[in-house]
Amino acid sequence: MPDDRKHAAAHMDVRYVANLARLELTDSEAQRFQGQLDQIVAYFDELREIDVDAVQPMAHATVIQNVFREDVVRPGLDRDQVLANAPEQASDLIRVPKIVE
Amino acid sequence: MNALNTLTAHDLLARMQQGECTSESAVRAILDAIGRVDPVLHSYLTVNAEASLTQAREADAARRGGDDRPLLGVPIAVKDVLNVRGQPCTCASKILKGYVAPYDATAIARLRAAGAVFVGRTNMDEFAMGSTTENSAYGVTRNPWATDHVPGGSSGGSAVAVAADEAIAALGTDTGGSIRQPAAFCGCVGLKPSYGRVSRYGLTAYASSLDQIGPMTKDVRDAALLLQAMAGYDPLDSSSLPAPVPDFAAALKTDLKGVTLGLPREYFVGGLDPDVERRLQEAVAVCRQLGATTVEVSLPRTRQAIATYYIIAAAEASANLARFDGVRYGFRAAGSEDPLSLYKRTRAQGFGDEVKRRIILGTYVLSSGYYDAFYLRAQKVRALIRNDFGAAFEKCDAILAPVSPTPAYRIGEKSADPLQMYLGDIFTVPVNLAGICGLSVPCGFTAANLPVGLQIVGPALGEEAILRVGHAYENATEWHRRRPGSESSARQE
Repeated sequence: MPDDRKHAAAHMDVRYVANLARLELTDSEAQRFQGQLDQIVAYFDELREIDVDAVQPMAHATVIQNVFREDVVRPGLDRDQVLANAPEQASDLIRVPKIVE
Repeated sequence: MNALNTLTAHDLLARMQQGECTSESAVRAILDAIGRVDPVLHSYLTVNAEASLTQAREADAARRGGDDRPLLGVPIAVKDVLNVRGQPCTCASKILKGYVAPYDATAIARLRAAGAVFVGRTNMDEFAMGSTTENSAYGVTRNPWATDHVPGGSSGGSAVAVAADEAIAALGTDTGGSIRQPAAFCGCVGLKPSYGRVSRYGLTAYASSLDQIGPMTKDVRDAALLLQAMAGYDPLDSSSLPAPVPDFAAALKTDLKGVTLGLPREYFVGGLDPDVERRLQEAVAVCRQLGATTVEVSLPRTRQAIATYYIIAAAEASANLARFDGVRYGFRAAGSEDPLSLYKRTRAQGFGDEVKRRIILGTYVLSSGYYDAFYLRAQKVRALIRNDFGAAFEKCDAILAPVSPTPAYRIGEKSADPLQMYLGDIFTVPVNLAGICGLSVPCGFTAANLPVGLQIVGPALGEEAILRVGHAYENATEWHRRRPGSESSARQE
């Protein structure tokens, strides 16, 4: 048996993972998602039936490997355009809660 | 003369070229249709009545001055996930409420350059995650063939706008079937181009290695017309392919002589709705009558494609959606006194259930200790799925397949059971995983008068082949002319 079997069988702690993803969950969400995601993760066991030992992983669909361009300055969005979408702003800056004391 | 809103883009263009109608009159017909049917169907999130009439008048003036660009004055509806300068782009999410796009997506810029008029923004599953358009934060969209049924998704609004003649054509996006499945559920044509064929710049990313923009139209000729305007390398999307763009219209022929079509053994072995299966077999027979030969092919990893897709798509989504944190744009939750609670509350209040589920799932499969078991394994199975298609295309020019195992189902029927919903994607997700192209064309109706779609799958950059098959098929059938609420009065040319 591949060594990863015990991992897949492990229980996903929805609250712990949601915190990693910076998502606050209500109790009823946590309960609902736990059941649904347990079912989905159990379904992922299907992939264990396939022997992939000799297979190179595929990260994307095309043959392109690296794409380079000249490192030149190009115009970006101007400040007013960017600030127009900001939820809070002051003095031509985006306002956020205090980060350091 | 038929109402202008019922026309295909190529028919409308021909009439405008002959001076028989104007773009302004076509846009007015579209706006009238929206006013009549959209209060029930809800295919649009926003309608740009004044701006699109202005664009149309400019197009008419340009035409009088001798301008004949390929889409001059053609009204097009745009899925709410594509940035159009100066228009809202919410991705049907509360978290982007109030966001106004400061730039054009490349696909939009190219359609604009070709003369298209942008009439409005269509509803969708939030961030394109879903198969029914029920996951929109702004209400459900209804299937025009049976308004208690879903239109499919995630590009459900675009499919309905086209099927109900509320648009001449529309744009959708397809990450795991989101163009082809709603096209099948609503009885219109939907094309998912090969990965890299159309630039993704300005498409709000869901799963970057799978997303593609494509046309949703009333016939295959229109799909070719819109693809022609959008396709081709874009330096702003490093995953777009620097491949020549062929003349797609030149590929449209009325016979299939010399064409070999593959029938995957794994696709026709039970589990299909009986009406769907019958319509598929009839479509295969039509293709044979048109001169095609058929050959059995094998896609042995079909069943595992669903798990592979949901691991990879969720992983990429969890990374892509990290940018929505309430800082720079869109919605911000009130009352947070530190950055961490600002992020967590904004995301808690801004995202809907399905988006939250996929972010959690994606974070999990990428996390330390689980990466190898899930994400890396899925990437390896993905390679096998791509290789299976490669082997199949050595025996055939295109593959015939169902789009969905069932026709449209009732609103609410599957929304409480995400896994059941995911299983319906079995015939569409393999195409995205392999990076190849797929076309959905109407191929008949169920006994309950719900549309059924035929999927034509081609190899990477094989759009000419699938457009040819789709065009020959629809040229020999009348299904694509049927319209909801008027099955006896098919749309006339």
